[in-house]
Amino acid sequence: MTARAVIGGVAESDLGAVALGTRPEDLMGQAAVAALRECGLGLGDVDGLFAAASQLNMPTLSAGEYLGIRPRYSDATQMGGSSFVAHLNHAAGAIEAGLCEVALIVYGSTQRLVGRAGASVQELDPYEAPYEPLNPVTSYALAASRHMHEFGTTPEQLAEVAVSARRWARLNPKGWSREALTIQDVLAAPRVSDPLGVRDCCLVTDGGAAAVVVSAERAASLATPPVTLLGAAEAHSHRHVSQMPDLVRTAAAESGPRAFAQAGLTPAEVDLLMLYDAFTITPILFLEDLGFCAKGEGGAFVAGGRTAPGGPVPMNTNGGGLSYCHPGMYGLLLVVEAVRQLRGEAGERQVAGAEVALVHGNGGVLSSQCTALLGGPATL
Amino acid sequence: MEESPRAHFLAACARGVLAYQWDPAAQRAVFYPRVLAGLQWRESAGAGTVYATTIVRPRDGEPRGIVLVDLDEGFRMMSRVRADVVRIGDRVQVAFDGDGVPVFDPV
Repeated sequence: MTARAVIGGVAESDLGAVALGTRPEDLMGQAAVAALRECGLGLGDVDGLFAAASQLNMPTLSAGEYLGIRPRYSDATQMGGSSFVAHLNHAAGAIEAGLCEVALIVYGSTQRLVGRAGASVQELDPYEAPYEPLNPVTSYALAASRHMHEFGTTPEQLAEVAVSARRWARLNPKGWSREALTIQDVLAAPRVSDPLGVRDCCLVTDGGAAAVVVSAERAASLATPPVTLLGAAEAHSHRHVSQMPDLVRTAAAESGPRAFAQAGLTPAEVDLLMLYDAFTITPILFLEDLGFCAKGEGGAFVAGGRTAPGGPVPMNTNGGGLSYCHPGMYGLLLVVEAVRQLRGEAGERQVAGAEVALVHGNGGVLSSQCTALLGGPATL
Repeated sequence: MEESPRAHFLAACARGVLAYQWDPAAQRAVFYPRVLAGLQWRESAGAGTVYATTIVRPRDGEPRGIVLVDLDEGFRMMSRVRADVVRIGDRVQVAFDGDGVPVFDPV
């Protein structure tokens, strides 16, 4: 294992429902300052800026202006919720290439405040739009229908993912939904796009985050315990669900093995799974595609609370997009939680002895898959 | 380009034909239609199999079924099936609704 880069400070902005008049840039700024301060740096140290935001067409320009910085390297890669895991990969690459030394990744969304329709570009595909899919949920519902058909995955197994997330969220003071949730509650919730109901769908909240990435050499001077980026890889297979080659096999089957090979790790060595849970079907697909169980066995793998607190496979320990926070593009919050767990700072929900975390971002409609393997301070 | 792929497709729909493209180099069907070198237009026989299904249930409004259909020529498209119950694996045949939009009927 060799560290490609080190993640220093991380921070969440205000989450959930933000104050009237808040702009996405406010959340970026709030999180950026907190993340930099945590590791002993300031805005003046930042020379690489990475951002994506559905409300900002030129997010690095908006963030740079707001923060008052003039980065020499910027990357506004936009691949939906997975973008920020890609930014980690790109930041490490830029640092390795000498293009920047201190990379700042930022995100902010006020989608709850302004309404979902006002928060993202409404992009109509002429070959799908006539049938009025309720996207993104319809696309994930189609994948879930196919998974149930091919492998016998049940609504109860899908519900296990939501219940596991909720049990973790109940341990997280920042969790948005913290009331008790049972499998029966998930099954009885109103349907949105069969087989998915309201509790199979991620939250619609505001929120933002920031993370600081530096070289392994520079990490020694930071105030935070170094969390290492051991491997990162990306893949994407389509933009629209009707173009997805196989609805039960995602491009995580490409990004995962590449990230593992780069890190010199195997799934058996992972202590914490942070798998983007936009809908209950997504972690099931990723557990299979990333090699934690065989194809088709994801439903059985999550059954019986195996990924919940006290279970053998801690997954989405912040409560996930399903119960903690989902501001539209949730990927950077996966990184924040993994870093805190690897530093041992996760409080009541701390995974004992977590040394290696897998962060997996999903973007679009199972379109973009970005995998990163992070290591605790002992891996530097 | 004198005619966009979309215009060609819609003109075929207006004639009651489901048009798709064939990539002779890769020996495979291509859908949606695009502007890429060497693609040839073909007409589908319109027979296919339901690959995935969902029913969208709006808070206000009628539920609507949506499917992905695998056409026998080897391409897939989103559509709807004009039937009360639709299952993965059902055989379906293309038809065109009042707006010329391709939909499917059970066989």
